[in-house]
Amino acid sequence: MDLKEKLVSSFLAFENNIDVDHPVHDIRSEAIKNFEIKGFPSKKEEAWKYTSLSGLQKTNFSIFPKEENALEYREVKKYFLHEIDTYKIVFIDGIYSSYLSETTHDGVDVCLMSAALTKPMYRQIIELYFNKVASTEESLTTLNTAFSKEGAYIYIPKNKVPKKPIEILHFSTGNEASLMLQPRNLIIAEENAELQVIERHQSLTENEVLTNSVTEIFAAKNAIVDYYKVQNDTKKASLIDNTYISQKDTSVVKVHTFSFGGKLTRNNLNFYQDGQHIDSTMKGVTILSEKQHVDHHTLVHHKEPNCESHQDYKGIYGERSTGVFNGKIIVDKIAQKTNAFQQNNNILISDKATINTKPQLEIFADDVKCSHGCTIGQLDEEALFYLQSRGIPKKEASALLMYAFANNVLESVRIPELKRRINKLIANKLGVRLGFDL
Amino acid sequence: MLKIDNLHAGVEGNEILNGINLEVNAGEVHAIMGPNGSGKSTLAAVIAGKEEFEVTEGTVILDGEDLEDSAPEERAHKGIFMSFQYPVEIPGVTVTNFMRTAINESRKARGLEEMPANQMLKLIREKSELLEIDRKFLSRSLNEGFSGGEKKRNEIFQMAMLEPKLAILDETDSGLDIDALRIVANGVNKLRSESNAVIVITHYQRLLEYIVPDYVHVLHEGKIVKSGTKELALELEEKGYDWIKNEAVV
Repeated sequence: MDLKEKLVSSFLAFENNIDVDHPVHDIRSEAIKNFEIKGFPSKKEEAWKYTSLSGLQKTNFSIFPKEENALEYREVKKYFLHEIDTYKIVFIDGIYSSYLSETTHDGVDVCLMSAALTKPMYRQIIELYFNKVASTEESLTTLNTAFSKEGAYIYIPKNKVPKKPIEILHFSTGNEASLMLQPRNLIIAEENAELQVIERHQSLTENEVLTNSVTEIFAAKNAIVDYYKVQNDTKKASLIDNTYISQKDTSVVKVHTFSFGGKLTRNNLNFYQDGQHIDSTMKGVTILSEKQHVDHHTLVHHKEPNCESHQDYKGIYGERSTGVFNGKIIVDKIAQKTNAFQQNNNILISDKATINTKPQLEIFADDVKCSHGCTIGQLDEEALFYLQSRGIPKKEASALLMYAFANNVLESVRIPELKRRINKLIANKLGVRLGFDL
Repeated sequence: MLKIDNLHAGVEGNEILNGINLEVNAGEVHAIMGPNGSGKSTLAAVIAGKEEFEVTEGTVILDGEDLEDSAPEERAHKGIFMSFQYPVEIPGVTVTNFMRTAINESRKARGLEEMPANQMLKLIREKSELLEIDRKFLSRSLNEGFSGGEKKRNEIFQMAMLEPKLAILDETDSGLDIDALRIVANGVNKLRSESNAVIVITHYQRLLEYIVPDYVHVLHEGKIVKSGTKELALELEEKGYDWIKNEAVV
């Protein structure tokens, strides 16, 4: 049985454990129908030309973890941003760990999707927001929707700001030889609300993991959302991240994606601007080695006038790694005075590494500023010589240049401790001490 | 200290240096002048070990040691410093962090411990005062957004920090106004000692009014065609390079 058949047939078993009378279940039932028709995307589809899921489909993934596993905080402390106090929503093999989590209902809701999907007090919000921005067409998103049950639920009411950043962590313990996870997150920032989220998926063994995650983010008028994705998983962990963001007037949403680890990573990041004077920012640093593969597919849909979008993705590809950047910008006819900026710069440090980069602009308005640029290059020999002539060995000099290349993406990280962490991850990934504290 | 013997070097089969002979002793300042394209900057880069250039014949010897197989960083560790005509911008790495990395790498190569932070700060303070560099400047990204003058001053600041045996200043005067030129030259003069040497590469005589050379060499078509004392520089200024070119042909 291949993975698609297994998933479709598991849906019946899944239904045994949930409330099928809840309105969300109709959404799930529709979603599994869509997935059953479409199945996994193949390389014949333009959007999946450079990323193949065929290997993953042959793996016999467990879809429901058999038993709960516990973790001690000290075992996983390093994966938390423990330098500062944070709210934490933690899952172990897809199951909520109350022991490792720190949730709150103090003025804001930082808690669980399973609670939000079942308790009557959340019903109104769920009906307003659940699956309202996520695609009902894209097959992997609908697959996640069909099995949506657990994940992070964050609701920040009008004028509220949580006391601290929120971490969403998914650990897999290797309980199963190969495990498939489908977390579903819903994040709502009402008018004037503000929040910071850090999301991380971490496998703790060399067993195979496939995560197909969907996150919906709603930013109401004037809301500010900073979302950080730290992708530094093991060489056996694959991630398909589907993030959908709906923004209203004058809201500011920034998503930073740091991709250093993992086997296969696909980021589908979709922004929909449903208002005016919106700012949407996407930034990414990708540093790959061995046979790693990361595919960034971004979409910004400018649906109203006077909005901005900024995209800045930097990639460093070594050994036999492969990267993809596909940045789609749609500017509707009504969306005059749009300012859309897109930049993708890449360095190949190995003859065997590959990057496919493609801007995709569909502009129907006539009074807009849209710029895009992609570069693919090697390290600047003159710069390398400059550093070497100051006594810095070639390897360290290369690392310093790569660090400098990626660095400006970090300027907009607003949590200093996180910035320091990412800097360290970059230095580690580049394999050198930079000779100074980051 | 430095002995260059019959040096031939070029890039992809094009010979640029065509048999250079030069000897520089400790305590001396040598000026190398010459028209554009005569090979001045190539000579500097070859001494500093730039891999792009291939040495086809001859030797560069520093303190009795042939540098042929030394990488640029190894030459730096042995005490060679080159001030760049076009210093490279390194965003995200501050001047201070860059110097700390450079100094500690050199110390490591010499088998020394890393320099303690307080000592490093003291050194940075001392040397930045020497070059009249504002402290704020030190926490800016290396060369990023620096004016031409700031870049050159920063080059000499790096020289002051690294205390090289042999400093090669490649067109350090280009793009400098008279005040900046004076500060840079002053810095170089204060760093001069009996145990180090300086090679000043320049197109014009102007810088040599401030950094007074013991010897002046004129480079033409990859060869030193004339050597003399500082008066030679004045003569060149007066007569222009055509005079040398004509003489070389004869």
